[in-house]
Amino acid sequence: MFLALFGAIESGMIYAIMALGVYLSFRVLDFPDLTVDGSFVTGAAVASISILNGLPPVLGTVLGATAGFVAGCITGVLHTKGKINALLSGILMMIALYSINLRIMGQPTLSLLNESSLKTQMVSIWEKTGIDKVLNSVLSFLGIERFPNTWGIVIIMLFVIIIIKVLADYFLMTEVGLALRATGDNQRMIRSFSANTDTLIIIGIGISNGLVAFSGALIAQHGGFADVGMGIGMIIIGLASVIIGEALFGTKTIIRATIAVILGAVIYRIVVTLALRVDFLDTGDMKLITALLVIVALVAPKILQAQREKKRRERKRAALPVEDVKNA
Amino acid sequence: MLKIEHVSITFNEGTPDEKRALQNINLHLDEGDFVTVIGGNGAGKSTMMNVISGNLISDVGHIYIGGEQVDHLPEFKRSQFIGRVFQDPMAGTAPSMTIEENLANAFSRNKPRRLRLGVNKERREQFREHLRTLNLGLEDRLTAKVGLLSGGERQALSLLMATFTEPSILLLDEHTAALDPARAELITNLTSEIVEEFNLTTMMVTHNMQQALDMGNRLIMMDAGQIIFDVSGEEKQSLTIEDLLEEFQRIRGRQLASDKAVLG
Repeated sequence: MFLALFGAIESGMIYAIMALGVYLSFRVLDFPDLTVDGSFVTGAAVASISILNGLPPVLGTVLGATAGFVAGCITGVLHTKGKINALLSGILMMIALYSINLRIMGQPTLSLLNESSLKTQMVSIWEKTGIDKVLNSVLSFLGIERFPNTWGIVIIMLFVIIIIKVLADYFLMTEVGLALRATGDNQRMIRSFSANTDTLIIIGIGISNGLVAFSGALIAQHGGFADVGMGIGMIIIGLASVIIGEALFGTKTIIRATIAVILGAVIYRIVVTLALRVDFLDTGDMKLITALLVIVALVAPKILQAQREKKRRERKRAALPVEDVKNA
Repeated sequence: MLKIEHVSITFNEGTPDEKRALQNINLHLDEGDFVTVIGGNGAGKSTMMNVISGNLISDVGHIYIGGEQVDHLPEFKRSQFIGRVFQDPMAGTAPSMTIEENLANAFSRNKPRRLRLGVNKERREQFREHLRTLNLGLEDRLTAKVGLLSGGERQALSLLMATFTEPSILLLDEHTAALDPARAELITNLTSEIVEEFNLTTMMVTHNMQQALDMGNRLIMMDAGQIIFDVSGEEKQSLTIEDLLEEFQRIRGRQLASDKAVLG
């Protein structure tokens, strides 16, 4: 049980980078971008093929993220310059990327198991620190018998995700970032303040998919393989993370919204992991669980809100003198 | 400051819905001119605004702002020189952003946007000073989301955002029409104060004839895509609503007569 949760948190933090990308397109730019399903794989594919060809894993990962950025920019160009509907330009790019990803990989699946990846590098550096022993002794003190293979990934990812979050927060408060947010909020207004909304959308969707592809590159190295189908439904997973996070932690400020999205991604992983431990569910049911989660996260807050309103009204009516009620 | 030369635009040309929205418009505004524009629905008032702002591109003719030809610049480039307030109080601000973030967006109008913080201590103080002039208490709500403000407050903020960077031209498109009378008066007064303070070259479309007479130093009346009446200075000061209606009847009546003569 502990190990399953540990694994969920570990991969949840990697997927959180993807969720931040989805937050950027879906929420900040108000652009329902389905490129994500393709660009996630593009990141994984480019990173994997680079590593298999002997490039340093760090470089491969950066190349993967860059490829995602370019893919996102193309979606942005299709929408702004080609005047194609936002949803459709994302779908077109997603379909196109499926073939491109196959071309990049040369075959439907690439294995990285015998390669040196960011994961193996991190783990070998981490083991020299000896922190694992300390943490594991804490665990055995708590009565947990089976220890995770390494704490390195969780702790390094924690730093990575914090850095990305702080950078994203800062970016969204710069002059460019404010214009980007205004583009998602009121395009006509920000155009009347001399912002080039086309360029902002192209860059914004580019950054979004850069983050998604970065996440894909890390997931491929974490899992030890890249598969052409690994991105299917990724947009819904990202959306689930965003919506769960927002529902639980609120969106009052940008700083709060980004932390909500990150936590949402981790919680999503935990929920799915727990759900898959139920006997009659198996891994094939994951997409169904995801869809149900999103539906619940979207509908439940509204039902709660309606009930609170109803109770409030009842309280107010009960407080009125009896004659008033009759007259009314 | 603003020069419009032989500007014409036709919508749906060559179809049964063809509409000659602007026909050979010529207009010259000096620096500091405040012109009010009146005319019926479909007279071409909003089209003229949109052609100036770059929202629409004219078929023929040229537009100059401060001597610079702008008629082939896209809207976002022209808006470096042009401040706009729209009729819809929701149109001029970004609702999910805070008051100070909205002001920061407006502040960047005439300078390149960079990767530095949009709101810093110094700017926040500056924004507070500007908000104080509105007398609405918004200076104490800098981090409130604009979506929470009332229509009147939002329109006042829009007006401030459109003007505090001192654009070459200020375009007001019936910007008090969607407000209740008290709020409309507030915005009207603010407009007069701000235009005077910054000596802005202003064009204001309105459906309220009294407002058109009370404000500004010049008045033009439009009909069927043409400027049919243009008064300024003392002549405008002495004008009444009756005069305007009479003038409209006289000009349109004459045109109707001449149309009949042509057709007959």
